[in-house]
Amino acid sequence: MAKKDTQPQSSSKKKTAFGIFLEELTRGSLLVPILAIVTGLLLGGLIVGLTTEQVYTTWSESPLEAIGIGVNAALRSYGALFNGSIGNPERIIDALSSGEEAAIRRAFNPFLESLTKSVPYIFAGLAVALGFRAGLFNIGAEGQLFIGAITSVYVGFALTGLPAIIHLPLALGAGALGGALWGFIPGWLKAKTGGHEVINTIMMNYIAFRLSEYLLRGPLQRPGSTNPISPFVEASAQLPRFFDSPIRFHLGFFIALAAAYGVYWLLFKTRIGFELRTVGANPKAARYAGMNIVWVTVLAMSLSGALAGMAGANEVLGVNYNLAPAFSSGYGFDSIALALIGKSHPLGVVLAALLFGTLRNGALQMQIAANVPVDIISVMQALILAFIAAPAIIRTIYRLRTPEDDDDQLHVRGWGG
Amino acid sequence: MSSQSTTIPTTVAFGTARRRTTMGIVFLALAGVIWYFFSRTTQAGMITTFTLNPGGSQANFPDLVFGTLPILNVLASVCALMGAFQLVRGFGKRTNVVLGLVAALFIFAFLSWVASGASLNLAGLLRATLIRAIPITLGALSGILCERAGVVNIAIEGMMLTSAMLAAIFGSMYGLWVGLLSGVIAGGLLALVHAILSIKYKTDQIVSGTVINIFSIGITSFISAKYLASSRHLNNPGIFSEIQVPGLVDIPFIGPIVFSHNIFFFGMVILLALLHFGLFFTRWGLRLRSVGEHPKAADTLGINVFRTRYMAVILGGMMAGFGGAYFTLGSVGRFDEVMTAGRGFIGLAAMIFGNWNPFGAFGAGLLFGFADMLAARLAILGVRVPSEFLLMAPYVATMIILAGVVGRGQMPAADGQPYEKEGH
Repeated sequence: MAKKDTQPQSSSKKKTAFGIFLEELTRGSLLVPILAIVTGLLLGGLIVGLTTEQVYTTWSESPLEAIGIGVNAALRSYGALFNGSIGNPERIIDALSSGEEAAIRRAFNPFLESLTKSVPYIFAGLAVALGFRAGLFNIGAEGQLFIGAITSVYVGFALTGLPAIIHLPLALGAGALGGALWGFIPGWLKAKTGGHEVINTIMMNYIAFRLSEYLLRGPLQRPGSTNPISPFVEASAQLPRFFDSPIRFHLGFFIALAAAYGVYWLLFKTRIGFELRTVGANPKAARYAGMNIVWVTVLAMSLSGALAGMAGANEVLGVNYNLAPAFSSGYGFDSIALALIGKSHPLGVVLAALLFGTLRNGALQMQIAANVPVDIISVMQALILAFIAAPAIIRTIYRLRTPEDDDDQLHVRGWGG
Repeated sequence: MSSQSTTIPTTVAFGTARRRTTMGIVFLALAGVIWYFFSRTTQAGMITTFTLNPGGSQANFPDLVFGTLPILNVLASVCALMGAFQLVRGFGKRTNVVLGLVAALFIFAFLSWVASGASLNLAGLLRATLIRAIPITLGALSGILCERAGVVNIAIEGMMLTSAMLAAIFGSMYGLWVGLLSGVIAGGLLALVHAILSIKYKTDQIVSGTVINIFSIGITSFISAKYLASSRHLNNPGIFSEIQVPGLVDIPFIGPIVFSHNIFFFGMVILLALLHFGLFFTRWGLRLRSVGEHPKAADTLGINVFRTRYMAVILGGMMAGFGGAYFTLGSVGRFDEVMTAGRGFIGLAAMIFGNWNPFGAFGAGLLFGFADMLAARLAILGVRVPSEFLLMAPYVATMIILAGVVGRGQMPAADGQPYEKEGH
């Protein structure tokens, strides 16, 4: 993908992150990702409408009314989604005018919770995006995330008596290291033996799931508990929260933004990043230029794994304070969609992650208020991903012009070799 | 391999001296494990009893009774001898056969050790292994059909999940056969989506597969939470009853293990034979494989590459759908959220393990099915190995295979590459 990136130094030296991102988006048509998201939301609404029983009972009497009921159901669901993810405007105004601190916190909680929910998405999306830039398809973010969560939670509860200034970085670092190890193995196998990273990361995912099951039933199980759950991490290893309960917004959000900037800096401002992107864009040219493909591949997969590991670490150290098997709602798999929507650019990934975090958070409210299961979000994500991956569909639907330089498509090498 | 992917030189090739040494060491290591972990922990005079009649069979077959320690020592010695011969001379082309043999001996040693001082129903274990191998093998066959035509399909898991749910719903409403049919059709329809995305729109095939997997998990959980949880009558299809092959079922030992299963097992066997025959002995198969190996050459010879790929992917999806229906109509008679639990991906692993050959995949399916079965029964057998490690085994084994330690597989050359007609 992205052949143009082979000579980025000359053209983009003085541009800001946002400038490059805008350039990338407009070149690949900014419209396509936006239309894909809009279409995905519309189809999600259609599913909500179609699964409303009242629509069918009214259909025989008056189809028009039935359609109205379906549209209403969809609008009500999205209303609940908005209230659950951004906040109920009325409540915010009421809370602000009352001046009561607890009420204000409750009113703003949905928005801040959306930001909190997007933290693992930012990290995992960056992980996949970094892999894409190096021509690697890291489908194993989910497994790396699990391992990162395990290692950071272990450091979080096993070490005691440390001040937070030491303990927290240690726990986070352990998460990154665990994820990096889980990324290093497929990277090393790819570089040394040619075993395709897609299969190896799928296999590593399942090894990670089984390993975490074993650890949570054995060595890492909370003493006295019969459930597969780890002990709580020490207070000194918890990511500090900025507000009182119920707001869970924590420092991890800013670490994630810093990581996004770090990835941007690494990719576009350093020699290593240049090598990484060159190997991704044209491995043959990279080899003739004397770049060490083995090293770049291993490095890219390890960094990618470290980022995914940070996603797990932030969830356990910032939100849950312990590890249970169901702590991840498929962040690692969704992150593939994120990276593609964000065009593998850190800024795009952050924006897409904010969108996904918002949707995920609002979906909970939607389930309670409108009886629409949260899983509708996965369906919508799949649809959005399909449209992003096959821009021709969106172009056909909306009669868009096909750009001459059509490099929206992602190219991955066939596996096994 | 394709020109793009030759960037990283492959260091291990099939049948090299290094491979010979590695295999020899593997054999010796297995012999060492038998001796170190099994023989040494067994007291002299212990007796192992294998029951050779699965439950509910009329055929009477005497139990297999032997002293544990002598058998373990013999097995360890045989494995060690084979390892030594492999290191010195090498088995050449027969190495893989010998590997299978050593693996079988190792498993036998393990079971003898587990059952020392007790009785173990060997026939029951083998039967359970065959049953566990059904969805894995069907997933692998689906993958083989797609990839032999040059389309990577990592969506088998999703196809299985969706068809499992639809089979349960329609099976509850209209009976088992309609349920089975709807499961197969569901697999075919999802495969059609995969085909359209990856063949027509030339989407990356991994992305397209991921789309279907995410969609399947979402839609099945959505429907399950919205409808199946509240209306139990929609999720109670029952299961297909067992068919006893007349005559053959009376064969002692083998009969009850192999010839008394429900339709999914026999369906798998038929599909296995059909796919093997079709791929390697018919014009259809030759065309399909040529499309997967060198689509441009196939096109030049007048083979319609796109149509062949569409057909292969859709048929593969229907096979995955058949395998998915097994979970509800052939096994538990009920749909649960994410009940396939990675079996589709193990099928993918079995496909690689079996070197993109139907019978190889079946062999791998048996091996993985054995691990799956054993993991479920470890607690009953009283073994102190955590079952999670056995469940990891297929994945680890596949990574080792992919790394080329025991010989590199021959994947279709154009696997994963969209085909573009010239002048287009």
